[in-house]
Amino acid sequence: MNGGSPPLVVQGVSKRFEEVVALDDVSFEVARAELFGLVGPDGGGKTTLFRILATLLLPDSGSATVLGLDVVRDMWAIRSRVGYMPGRFSLYPDLGVEENLRFFASVFGTTLEEGYDLIAPIYRQIEPFRDRRAGALSGGMKQKLALSCALVHRPDILFLDEPTTGVDAVSRREFWDLLDSLRDSGLPILVSTPYMDEASRCDRVALMQQGRILAIDAPEALGARFPDRLFAVRGRDRYAMLQALRGYPHAVSTFPFGEELHYSDSRTDADAGATAREVLGFLRSKGFADAEVAPIEPGIEDTFMALMGAPEAAAA
Amino acid sequence: MTLAIDVHELTRRFGNFTAVDSITFHVEEGEVFGFLGANGAGKTTAIKMLIGLLAPTSGRASVAGYDVLTQAEEVRRHIGYMSQRFSLYDDLTVRENITLYGGIYGLTDTQIRERGDALIRDLRLGKTADERVSALPLGWKQKLAFSVAILHQPAVVFLDEPTGGVDPITRRQFWEMIYAAAARGTTVFVTTHYLDEAEYCDRVSIMVDGRIAAMGTPEELKREHRVATLDELFVRLARPDATAGTAADHSSASGYE
Repeated sequence: MNGGSPPLVVQGVSKRFEEVVALDDVSFEVARAELFGLVGPDGGGKTTLFRILATLLLPDSGSATVLGLDVVRDMWAIRSRVGYMPGRFSLYPDLGVEENLRFFASVFGTTLEEGYDLIAPIYRQIEPFRDRRAGALSGGMKQKLALSCALVHRPDILFLDEPTTGVDAVSRREFWDLLDSLRDSGLPILVSTPYMDEASRCDRVALMQQGRILAIDAPEALGARFPDRLFAVRGRDRYAMLQALRGYPHAVSTFPFGEELHYSDSRTDADAGATAREVLGFLRSKGFADAEVAPIEPGIEDTFMALMGAPEAAAA
Repeated sequence: MTLAIDVHELTRRFGNFTAVDSITFHVEEGEVFGFLGANGAGKTTAIKMLIGLLAPTSGRASVAGYDVLTQAEEVRRHIGYMSQRFSLYDDLTVRENITLYGGIYGLTDTQIRERGDALIRDLRLGKTADERVSALPLGWKQKLAFSVAILHQPAVVFLDEPTGGVDPITRRQFWEMIYAAAARGTTVFVTTHYLDEAEYCDRVSIMVDGRIAAMGTPEELKREHRVATLDELFVRLARPDATAGTAADHSSASGYE
């Protein structure tokens, strides 16, 4: 790598499409052997950023280097060294599994055989279907083929745009296991996902919303950025409890959270146990006899919602 | 009491491949039921039978009190359906989509106007009611698609992967809309690949290779199988030989998604 600079450096990158601000002053770095996640909803700017880093789109302002190379000046040098898996399935559906791989290898001036050992752990899982048309593969198999195609030329950095969207839970887990082993081999990886549960598989994540980075940190450290005191509330009638809690004077927000409700309270200086008892008393007084309230540590999703700062506004 | 969905030994074969293998379950009125399974487990085939688009090979099922085989037309009249991929017409405005679907559902002009106004007010779409749907953010589109899917106040609404790609706040607003619909008595039948989302359901079933491998409330399932999350249980059931390798994608090798 050039002069020991990190393999990916993004500095103040902004991009507008007419009146829509897709990226707003985005800066971060990815280190060698780091699995870095861009986490946020669709429309957050993740795909635009990938397209700029893959030299398919020019930034309006700011700069970025990939493997020490500038994304605008050195675009041709970058292209041969990057593995890029776009969000939309972009293999040739009418070509077979192996034909796709051979095609991508030849575009990069190499062969399937030369890249085989690197892709073997992934490719072996789909190799029994090497003659099947790519368009006829299941979601999980498509993703594995696309990853194989992005890796076959032995790239020095990997860009994966929402690689697991629409893929079932088991295949997703296997896919992330593969990313772990690629990262462990030294490859820097930038991966995006709209799903908060996948963020915990990254070394560091950037939470993105409407083109801005809300926070960058290790997933387990993000909870410390939660500004209020968080409680899990359980009880049979979740929907009625949700509405009752929103009328409680110290409530900052209340959201459904799986089987529970996550309620955040503005009294950060008070003893958490005492606050929990007060909230419980309030719920009992409203007729929720089976309610339970317990203080909990905020997770990535709690933090993301707090940082988004949008009103909780129920639509129904 | 009438069951919203009543399924008895429902089976569907394609040649010698059994996509759905004698499944039996029921869903009560007003229940939020999560229908889970890996790609290729047979979910889509089962749903197609439940909404009257595919005839069962054997067994029977009724939805909203109507038999899916002999009364398919009645079934379709009493259900709503929303999928992540295809729902609204991008080139039509919010109001035009409401009018179009209201007409398809056989609502009167007055009903369409009144329910449409209420929907636009509840979703706070007032300013954008006459803009094309393509201009709406994804989260709004999905909330609108759900509201349109229940415009005719169906007994049962089927949601296929409804919340992909939206931000966590919008996702919760969406679930609140589901709870509100269920509180009004609409039964909600939902599929998702995201197991944390399954925990919002009253009960869930997990399909593996055409059969229902587990069913119960999320809490019961976690307790019975001694797992911390439904995700853990799902992986254990869907991939018992969880060691990767050639077998890994076997369930989807059939090509049926």
